[in-house]
Amino acid sequence: MKSFRLELDPSGRDSPWWVTVLAVVLAFALVAAFIALTGKDPGAVYAKMLGGAFATPFGITETLVKAIPLMLCGLGVSLAYRIQIWNIGAEGQFIAGAIAATAVTIYLPGLPGWVALPVMLVAGMAAGGLWGLFTALPKVFFNVNELIISLMLNYVALLGLDFVVFGPWRDPKGMNFPGTPPFTDAQTLPLFGDSRLHFGLILALVAVVLAAVFVQKTRWGYELRLIGANPEAARHAGINLKGHIVLVMLLSGGLAGIAGMAEVSGVAHRLMYGISPGYGYTAIIVAWIARLNPFGIVVSAVLFGGLIVGGYSVQTLGLPSSISSLLQGAVLFFLIAGSILGKVRVRWN
Amino acid sequence: MDETLSVELRGLVKQFGPVLANDHVDFQVRKGEIHALLGENGAGKSTVMCMLSGVYRPTAGEILLHGKPAKIHSPKDAVKLGVGMVFQNFRLVSTLTAAENIVLGEARPVWRTRGWMVRKTAEIEALALRFGLGFPAGRAVWQLSVGEQQRLEIVKTLYRGADIIILDEPTSVLTPGEADQLFATLVQLKNEGKTVILTTHKLKEVMAVADRISVMRKGKMLATLDRSATDEREVARLMVGQDRQEPKARKTRKNGAVLLEVNDLVVTGDHGRHALDGFHMTVREGEIVGIAGVAGNGQKELAEVLAGLRTWKAGTIVFRENAWKGASVRHSIEAGISHVPENRMKSGLAGSLGSIDNLLVKSYRTPARSKLGFLRTARNRLWSQGLVEQFEVKTAHIDAPVHQMSGGNQQKLLFAREIHQRPHLMVAVHPTQGLDVGATDGVHNLLINLRDEGKSVLLISEDLDELLLLSDRIVVLFGGRVMGEVTHEKADREHLGMWMAGVV
Amino acid sequence: MELITQLLTAAIAAGTPLLFATLGGILIERSGIIQLGAEGLMLMGAVTAAITFLATSNLLITIFAVVVVTGLLGALHAFLTVTLRANQIVSGLAMTLFGAGLSAWLGKSITGMPLQGAVPKVNFAWLDSTPILGPVLAHLDVFTWASLILVVLLHLYLKHTSWGLHLRAVGDNPATADVMGIRVQGFRYGCVILGSILMGLGGANLLMVFSPTWIEGMTAGRGWIAIALVIFARWNPIYALAAAYFFGLLDTLGFRIQLAGSAIPSYFLKMIPYLLTIFVLILVGWRTKHKLSGSPQALGVPYIREQRF
Repeated sequence: MKSFRLELDPSGRDSPWWVTVLAVVLAFALVAAFIALTGKDPGAVYAKMLGGAFATPFGITETLVKAIPLMLCGLGVSLAYRIQIWNIGAEGQFIAGAIAATAVTIYLPGLPGWVALPVMLVAGMAAGGLWGLFTALPKVFFNVNELIISLMLNYVALLGLDFVVFGPWRDPKGMNFPGTPPFTDAQTLPLFGDSRLHFGLILALVAVVLAAVFVQKTRWGYELRLIGANPEAARHAGINLKGHIVLVMLLSGGLAGIAGMAEVSGVAHRLMYGISPGYGYTAIIVAWIARLNPFGIVVSAVLFGGLIVGGYSVQTLGLPSSISSLLQGAVLFFLIAGSILGKVRVRWN
Repeated sequence: MDETLSVELRGLVKQFGPVLANDHVDFQVRKGEIHALLGENGAGKSTVMCMLSGVYRPTAGEILLHGKPAKIHSPKDAVKLGVGMVFQNFRLVSTLTAAENIVLGEARPVWRTRGWMVRKTAEIEALALRFGLGFPAGRAVWQLSVGEQQRLEIVKTLYRGADIIILDEPTSVLTPGEADQLFATLVQLKNEGKTVILTTHKLKEVMAVADRISVMRKGKMLATLDRSATDEREVARLMVGQDRQEPKARKTRKNGAVLLEVNDLVVTGDHGRHALDGFHMTVREGEIVGIAGVAGNGQKELAEVLAGLRTWKAGTIVFRENAWKGASVRHSIEAGISHVPENRMKSGLAGSLGSIDNLLVKSYRTPARSKLGFLRTARNRLWSQGLVEQFEVKTAHIDAPVHQMSGGNQQKLLFAREIHQRPHLMVAVHPTQGLDVGATDGVHNLLINLRDEGKSVLLISEDLDELLLLSDRIVVLFGGRVMGEVTHEKADREHLGMWMAGVV
Repeated sequence: MELITQLLTAAIAAGTPLLFATLGGILIERSGIIQLGAEGLMLMGAVTAAITFLATSNLLITIFAVVVVTGLLGALHAFLTVTLRANQIVSGLAMTLFGAGLSAWLGKSITGMPLQGAVPKVNFAWLDSTPILGPVLAHLDVFTWASLILVVLLHLYLKHTSWGLHLRAVGDNPATADVMGIRVQGFRYGCVILGSILMGLGGANLLMVFSPTWIEGMTAGRGWIAIALVIFARWNPIYALAAAYFFGLLDTLGFRIQLAGSAIPSYFLKMIPYLLTIFVLILVGWRTKHKLSGSPQALGVPYIREQRF
């Protein structure tokens, strides 16, 4: 038999699509083992999760409701990742958007619906974009690692949220859930029928299409792709890398900010403690699994939305909702391991 | 010189996938001689030496050292057997000191006081001086000059007890003066009984210093000659094989209008010093101006300034009667300057993107390629296909990632893009580096065609032969200044070499 | 002054978990690998310590358990990043998620159960009379002493041993280290596993000494601060000591100001460590603009031996 050796080609790009599927399957298998160890039946647990997420109309709308912020935040971070800007601040940018949108309801309460909502939207987008800018500027001027800055800013945003929710904006009538007074109808995003599914879905889908067009068909999208492929060549083309870093963080933050606005205005109808169950972090995986492709992000956002909803539904079985974090981490691990397959080549000796 | 062989390679074969880098190479080196392994870029000389030094494993064949078969499976084995190699890109850890680099790999002693290090450093400096290779051993490597780093590499091999010292293209980073110093060192090594093997493509040096010369071409060993028994022409013929196609005869040049005038240019380099220090140059329409000089004398910075990538501290640049106010890539592109950078995959092309995206790099802002911010996708595709055909770029298909193409085709794509710009001035930096003879001739023809059409070329190259072949005028750059300038008719290698070394 | 002694003691108590994690990060990054999973590793270390101690009341067994669990996780990261040459950033993020989720799951049954008397102190009664520093050093626990010894050991290792030199080469130029016969893969595996264990011990320390009750997510970002501290400390163990205690001091001060009933809402005080991290990084970035930043040159770049050209 001819001998061979495996060689790594660092320039090798994407692994085949079935690797993504395999990674998900293996991750579920791994967590199934955990479940079994706690004495429960993995099959039953997964069935409940799937059922909770996809089997009923309620489940589906809940899944979509969860998918909306994941889509928007995922889209945002995917733009940054295209040029290797490791923005993990989507959580903070989301919260900044939520806070800003709420500020409109607090300080400009009398606005009619057709004014209030757009203003809230713009406020959310601007605040998120600004939060993203806070990450871009140190990077551009001082070459500070954006990963750490964006992360630290998450904690700052969370504390800011605590401050307003427990402090100046606190609803004196709210007993159990610390938060602001509920939004008026004028300040709430329209819903689809009787469900909890809100207009934010339209916003998210529009954003996806716009992002896809932006990246593939526009000049700036081309520049983005060129920078991602070879920053040095982009420099030789006269492309301003620093400008793109700022642009991408503004867009990234802005999209997360929209998600924040949509969440307070469409789902919670107020700003409250724990407004985000880690959407910003889950969005990272959503983007990664979809290989930064906008349409893929729609799919993976729905998948993970289902995971989150499923996670809640198995709490009745005595399992912690953190099962979804566990699954997310496991999927990511297997995905990373699988990415090797795009790089390995067999060399016959 | 001893008649006994220190190194003998029998039938050595090395295959990388489909590529046969070495085709049954036989090679003998006598003890205590300086043996030059000569061949063009890509002839396979480095590969052979890598097998001798343990970096690669032979696909087939035997290696004998001092008459005994040797199993060299790793660099460590080679070192144990007394083979030391100095690579073209140095294997040095730049943040450690020179002395630390030398003792790297020595596990004992585990515990080292500062005193131990001081003693070691002195020991190394003494060893170095013995062979005439002084350098400050206590300094961090990133602070040493290239020549000093090379000496460090040689001392490293001596320290580890090498009797057979291999140098891979050692003069590629040295000035002619430093190269002479190196040759003196090699002679001294020989006098101390070491065997020296030198791989190079520079004929002149080989004739200057080698005892025997072996010539390789296209992976095969052609012949081994005594230097005293042969001459340059014979060796050159062996190296190159049949006569290369002469590039098209050049048309007689008429004195064109002044295209570019650079005066008293002062440019700060990346290390904070002046890379160009009072540089002046004139380029006229319809000529090829060659910039000669060893890398590191300001050529890179000159190209960057013209391409708009680097700003200048003082001096004036006037292009087509427009005085430039500042560096801007877009402005340079729009003014009609195209740029073929030195390292095509690093600076010129985006490997993971396809041909269309790579061709768009300079022109995507123009109305022909984009409208109101949107790229004209269908039109661009057709346009790309046209260019690829016109320049005979071989690629699997138009969307295939560019890194899958061969070097020659990548360069063609790059030229296609830059020439399509209809530049008034093309700045080409080492345009034929890493290309085989056929591809090189192709590039030369492209440059000559540009010139014949009345455009100008600024050719920056380390290859004096190439410069002599193509340039209408040659300007020699040394230390950021013009050392001398000659027209094609009056150019001679000796003077150019001296100027390149900084000798007036 | 009493107050200074109190502050120093509190600073050390708060800073030691950070110190462990930072030392771990330094070890890993010196070999050229980025380990962003610090938060997950600290949480896993904490939850493992909680579960084991509550079950066995035995410190040694607890430490052993933490070492095994976080060592295995570290081995996973090493396998992915060193052998499979996967993207180190994403692998670290996965570790954080996985560690957060798994620790929350495992800790469900023991949430809110306080540990008692976990960690013995090392008492030097004679030091009590020495002004200011004496009382601080007189009653430190074994974890703290261990961290101090670790700082010294790591420093000596890096500066005065051949292995330390080899490690520096591996992190700066693995190709050269490889050619000089140094086992790059081996070093990286070792450093990643050991460093991850140190991060886990940091979490264990947090739980057992500082805040002896398991709560989901109790590290509150300390793992991430440790990652920033590695850069702040310029990959130098002695600077790491100063940095960790400094942050510990800030942590303490914030708490005390809150206790004093200040008008400043505690939320803003709690922001200080995070804002300070940002500030510090900007400072470091500004000052090292044109010099070598002291970082391992090959940080984050997977090493693949000898590709052709």
